[in-house]
Amino acid sequence: MPEKKPEEPVEAFEKAATERGQRYYVLRLCVTGITPRSVSAIENIRKLCEDNLKGYYELEVVDLYQDPSVAAEEGIIAAPTLIKKNPAPKRKLVGDLSDVERVLIGLGIHHKETLRRKVHDEE
Amino acid sequence: MNNIDTRNPELEGLAKCPTGIRGLDEITDGGLPAGRPTLVVGGPGCGKTMLAVEFLVRGATVYDEPGVFVAFEETAGDLAKNVASLGFDLNGLIAQKKMVIDHVHIDPAEIEETGEYDLEGLFIRLGHAIDSIGAKRVALDTIEVLFSGFMDHAVLRAELRRLFSWLKEKEVTAIITGEAGETTFSRYGLEEYVADCVIALDNRVVNQIATRRLRIVKYRGSAHGMDEYPFLIDADGFSVIPVTTLGLDHEVSSERVSSGIKDLDAMLGGGYYRGSSILVSGIAGTGKTSMAASFVNAACARNERCLYFAFEESEGQMIRNMRSIGIDLGPWIESGLLQIHASRPTVHGLEMHLAMMHKLVSEFQPDVVVVDPISNLISVGNGLQVRSMLTRLIDFLKSNQITALFNDLTQGGGAMQSTEVRVSSLMDTWLLLGYVEENCERNRVLSLLKSRGMAHSNQMRELILSDDGIHLTEVYAGTGGVLTGLNRLTGEAKTNAAEMRQTQDLDAGARAVRRRREALKATIAALRAEYESELDELDASIARERAQQIALEDDCSMDER
Repeated sequence: MPEKKPEEPVEAFEKAATERGQRYYVLRLCVTGITPRSVSAIENIRKLCEDNLKGYYELEVVDLYQDPSVAAEEGIIAAPTLIKKNPAPKRKLVGDLSDVERVLIGLGIHHKETLRRKVHDEE
Repeated sequence: MNNIDTRNPELEGLAKCPTGIRGLDEITDGGLPAGRPTLVVGGPGCGKTMLAVEFLVRGATVYDEPGVFVAFEETAGDLAKNVASLGFDLNGLIAQKKMVIDHVHIDPAEIEETGEYDLEGLFIRLGHAIDSIGAKRVALDTIEVLFSGFMDHAVLRAELRRLFSWLKEKEVTAIITGEAGETTFSRYGLEEYVADCVIALDNRVVNQIATRRLRIVKYRGSAHGMDEYPFLIDADGFSVIPVTTLGLDHEVSSERVSSGIKDLDAMLGGGYYRGSSILVSGIAGTGKTSMAASFVNAACARNERCLYFAFEESEGQMIRNMRSIGIDLGPWIESGLLQIHASRPTVHGLEMHLAMMHKLVSEFQPDVVVVDPISNLISVGNGLQVRSMLTRLIDFLKSNQITALFNDLTQGGGAMQSTEVRVSSLMDTWLLLGYVEENCERNRVLSLLKSRGMAHSNQMRELILSDDGIHLTEVYAGTGGVLTGLNRLTGEAKTNAAEMRQTQDLDAGARAVRRRREALKATIAALRAEYESELDELDASIARERAQQIALEDDCSMDER
């Protein structure tokens, strides 16, 4: 009983919040120069944001070579790293963001639970 | 010739970066490889972080080499607090731009891997920190935390390899710490990437007492000590104890200091040498502590400072007991010349004892140090450990020109000439106290087993604890062998009686001779008297004869007429 209960209200809240456009995304993508990996990361996140968060996001791309102090400020180790500053919780997505499903989960747009259910339904 | 000429510049090329850590530079023959990474591995609580921090702190304060500390496990604040107990002011160094602490927080729950990546972010971060203060030293503590944060270990390994060669390019001397692994030195095999120098730290618990050890596993292109060296972390930081590499190059003094026992000074030809180490060994109750107290008493009377480590008696008990032989240590304690540190050996591990002794000696600056007894230390370490600790202690005291007296309690039944911890070879003077048991008596005897560099008596002495201190009496070496105590007294009495008898005999003989002389004198007088009377008689008869002849001649002449 207590295991199932919390899922429904959270999901309902998320859904309602997304529909009403209350979730505003502040994203910061840290890359290291114009490497193919950097370029594909930038392309991937732009496309993903346009597809899923159109109108509700703010994306800043930082080149760590140009602004190295950001690396320590943001606690960055890997590159590229996408930082979700808003909404909470803060998350760091490392890599070129080519795994769209993982990015969506990481940004909290998809939930692992919904993903699992989807896979289950398909089966 | 050509070979040597071409090799020499290369040999000089291996520059060393002194760590400033006591002892470590000695066993690494100058320090860590300059401009290269060194791997420090060890289990939890071995002191890896301390080593790394001290390396940077000494660099910043002593060698004017700023450093960057990349902390993967602790925040800068925690780290500063943790090392403040060692007297390191990290915040001060940060303010002076001599140090940067960068806390790399890795929370696996916060990281989502979404594709290909590298660790360029860490490189940029580190590079920025290095450039901001012109750092020459870097510590990465503990970089293996990365393995818990990132799933793609193949990428991590490639990036670590790149990181270490990048550090070399940057020409910074780096310490990289890693957890000890089961089959490899470090858990993730970091030694594969750091080929130049690997140091292993270890914290072993033997008989419930922990001892820290350090070993140079590998040092490419340099001579280094091969052994495991005990080390300690005390209030002044890290110190490695290079037992075997310490040179025997102390300053020596030929000044003598009194042992506090007049008779012993006479035996030694003036006393102990200043700065020498003296071992007093003996079974229980032979007067070792009394010997030590006499020595301390004499030193204080010379206005010298004394430090007494008592592992058997409390300070109060010792003062009371020594009063019974006329030695009052109380005033010396009050005047601050004497400090007694009484503790059970089991309160610390050996390294802590050594640390404590070092610290107290450095603070108090004594002229004389007594350890009573060293054999009790065996309860906290094995013989080898105690010996290496004592070697270090003796070297330390000698280099400071401190005269040290060590008591050693030997067990009855064993060979008297062996010390419990086998340290006699480290000692300059060795006094052996023992008992001679005879006629329901135990008498203390002292013998001088060795005394380097001085003529000394080879005779045993009887040691007598009296109301006014310790006295040594020459033992009675008569026809019945060496005698002590009651036997010595009876032996001496026998000799006295014999001597008396002899005197009496002589007197009697003289009297007889005298009597004979008197008798002879009388005889001579009598003979002379006899002779005189015979002479008188002869004269008389001659006179008579002559008178007769005259009368005859007269008759004849009358007839002729």
